Amino acid sequence: MQTDQLLALFSGVLLLLGLIAFFLGRAKAARVRAGGTAMFAQPDQYAWFAVLTTAGPAILVGGLSAFLMLLLGAEIPPLYLLAGSLAVAALGLAVGVRQVKPDFHARQAIERVIRWILVGAALISIFTTFGILFSIIFEALRFFQMHSFWDFITGTVWNPGASFLAAAGRADEGASAAQFGSVPLFAGTFMITAIAMLVAIPVGLLAAIYMAEFAPKRVRTLAKPTLEVLAGIPTVVYGFFAAITVAPLIVDLAGVFGLDASFNNAVAPGVVMGIMIIPFISSLSDDVINSVPDSMRQGSLALGMTKGETIRDVVIPAALPGIISASLLAVSRALGETMIVVMAAGMRPNLTANPLEDMTTVTVRIVAALTGDLEFESAETLSAFALGLVLFAVTLTLNLVSVLMIRRFREKYRVNNL
Amino acid sequence: MSQSFDEISAQLQRRHRKSARLKWLSMGALGLAGLFLVLFFADMLSKGLPAFQQAQIRVELDYNEDATRMGRAALDPEVSRLVSRTFERLIPGMLADDPELLGTTETRWVLANAQVDQYLKGHTHRLNAAQQATVDRLAEEGNVALKFNTTFFTSGDSKMAEASGILAAALGTVMTMLVTLAIAFPIGVMTAVYLEEFAPDNRLTQIIEININNLAAIPSILFGLLGLAIFISFFGVPRSSPLVGGMTLALMTLPVIIIATRTALRSVPDSIRHAAFGVGCSRWQVVRDHVLPLAMPGIMTGSIIGLAQAMGETAPLIIVGMVAFIPDVSATFTNAATVLPAQIFTWAGEPDKAFVEKTAGGILVLLAILIFLNATAVVLRKKFERRW
Repeated sequence: MQTDQLLALFSGVLLLLGLIAFFLGRAKAARVRAGGTAMFAQPDQYAWFAVLTTAGPAILVGGLSAFLMLLLGAEIPPLYLLAGSLAVAALGLAVGVRQVKPDFHARQAIERVIRWILVGAALISIFTTFGILFSIIFEALRFFQMHSFWDFITGTVWNPGASFLAAAGRADEGASAAQFGSVPLFAGTFMITAIAMLVAIPVGLLAAIYMAEFAPKRVRTLAKPTLEVLAGIPTVVYGFFAAITVAPLIVDLAGVFGLDASFNNAVAPGVVMGIMIIPFISSLSDDVINSVPDSMRQGSLALGMTKGETIRDVVIPAALPGIISASLLAVSRALGETMIVVMAAGMRPNLTANPLEDMTTVTVRIVAALTGDLEFESAETLSAFALGLVLFAVTLTLNLVSVLMIRRFREKYRVNNL
Repeated sequence: MSQSFDEISAQLQRRHRKSARLKWLSMGALGLAGLFLVLFFADMLSKGLPAFQQAQIRVELDYNEDATRMGRAALDPEVSRLVSRTFERLIPGMLADDPELLGTTETRWVLANAQVDQYLKGHTHRLNAAQQATVDRLAEEGNVALKFNTTFFTSGDSKMAEASGILAAALGTVMTMLVTLAIAFPIGVMTAVYLEEFAPDNRLTQIIEININNLAAIPSILFGLLGLAIFISFFGVPRSSPLVGGMTLALMTLPVIIIATRTALRSVPDSIRHAAFGVGCSRWQVVRDHVLPLAMPGIMTGSIIGLAQAMGETAPLIIVGMVAFIPDVSATFTNAATVLPAQIFTWAGEPDKAFVEKTAGGILVLLAILIFLNATAVVLRKKFERRW
């Protein structure tokens, strides 16, 4: 039988058993109560408890054995598995109905079960993090078995071209060995991120200052959601915008100054990424500036400072940890941004300081390595995971530093809404 | 050293001017951001709106014997180069289905090819001078015209720009989002309920909280790596399927839903909980019957926003292979499919210039859906928001 047929059969029988458990449990409880005995719980609660003892262990057994089968590759015939878990369900039904006794706290038992279910749900987010970590680390380790970690970190040539020959067991035939030096990729990533920050930080911060300190209330309530629209536009759309509209514009502009720009220059994705990031900085900075206590502004104004001086010398320094934290989050976002650079930046690893040349980024190479027709085992495919590992480490550090800074700010001014 | 009043007031003026300068500068920054937004939408509209119109051509079809083998034979050679090849390929099938057509003639509007379309819209095209003259003459006679592009909304991807549409991708998006919601909504709400209502303030709870905030900031492409390594390689979920895409996006959407649900739960006043506990409800009964229903509008708003975010996401889906070429329209969970943003990405990479306007058209549809979803969330919040 097919897996989905088995699954349907399993769910069907389980549903039936659950229904039986519910009605048996309720009938028995009602009978006991009708006999005049005082009970700790309502009949419905006994019934639901019986349902839980029927379905819970059966699903657990079924799920666990399926998982073990995948993990260990052990062969348990699916039919035995089905029969086994249904037997567990029947056993659970018997136990559940037996437990319908006046001195049994069915409601508290249900409460305990639900608590465990909720804990289980909460743990999924932890499993996700570990899932990301392990999947990346394992594949990255396999990559580092083929190529040295040192070469990966310090090498300046990224040329995975011949790695498919190695994967096919014909390493000697390649004209040149595959090289995985990631420096050009990181240089490109940081160049594009720097351009994005050059756009996003001044514009975002100044916009936040205007919204928090100067703007009338009407403008503020209108401007904030409007800016958020910029953050809600899908990145693939920004990528198209960067590649089709902005990049030719940059080329023309460079031509005016007599400069030669590539159509895959780093400026176009950088600028567009900066536009995308403006609301991240402005929104968070706006919140931070707003939570600087008014007593500081009043004190400054009372000493005869102008509004501008108050903002520059009092408000901004006070809000600085929050602003830096917002900028770090923005940097981490720019580093991990994929679609804009995949569509608008180049594919050629290029170690250069000229933003008008084409250069590639970490995320572009990850996508390129994983969308080709390569074997999963080849060094190029695995290199994506090594790059992912570095990306994960860098963004994680930035996020943690950012969280710590905002916590320091929060403790200093005792604000709770950040 | 004392300064005269004149100097001091001049200095004061300078300081006030500086202050005003900061005001104008910061206003300009906000204006610049607004300008970006306006320019962006204007650019997308000007590029994408033409995609909703498509050139059609009125031709005389002569269903002769040759047309049963090669559709082109049914057309006047002068216009056969102007008609879409997808239509020509249909003709032998039409004749096989309905043999009575053989030997008859018929005049009807059919899809023109992308070059005619681009020529009529004034874009770059590859028609030669003679073909241009033919199109001009036909247009004057009213036999070539731009009409509403139904193909765009009713067909799947195609290698020919004039025949490609977004329906397959839209269906893929719907199926993927169903999977995403089915996983992320219950787990997200349960996690938030646990953290807000049940969890003791211990180390584990703190770890979970930090972890959720951190997940929200992890680059989306890393979720794609997780999907590839764990869902596809380990669990054997079919590659490119809405199932694996939806599962990957669900993990990404989870933090958004958790954070929104927690905010919604926190805004329910404690007096409600006290009252419910006071009449003897257990913790779960308090949550199920009182707190959750009151927090529901906030939870829905957060989930819709999370859904809109997931709907626009492309990078992790590319990694799990959802950039497949899907010409057939079908709703499936386990077969290869594509989604709207991935379709946009695919079209953006097509060398044929005629795809530029298809890409922008697809973008307009995607943006319209996202704006609609976000507007729904705002309306929901406005309508059901309660101030305690």
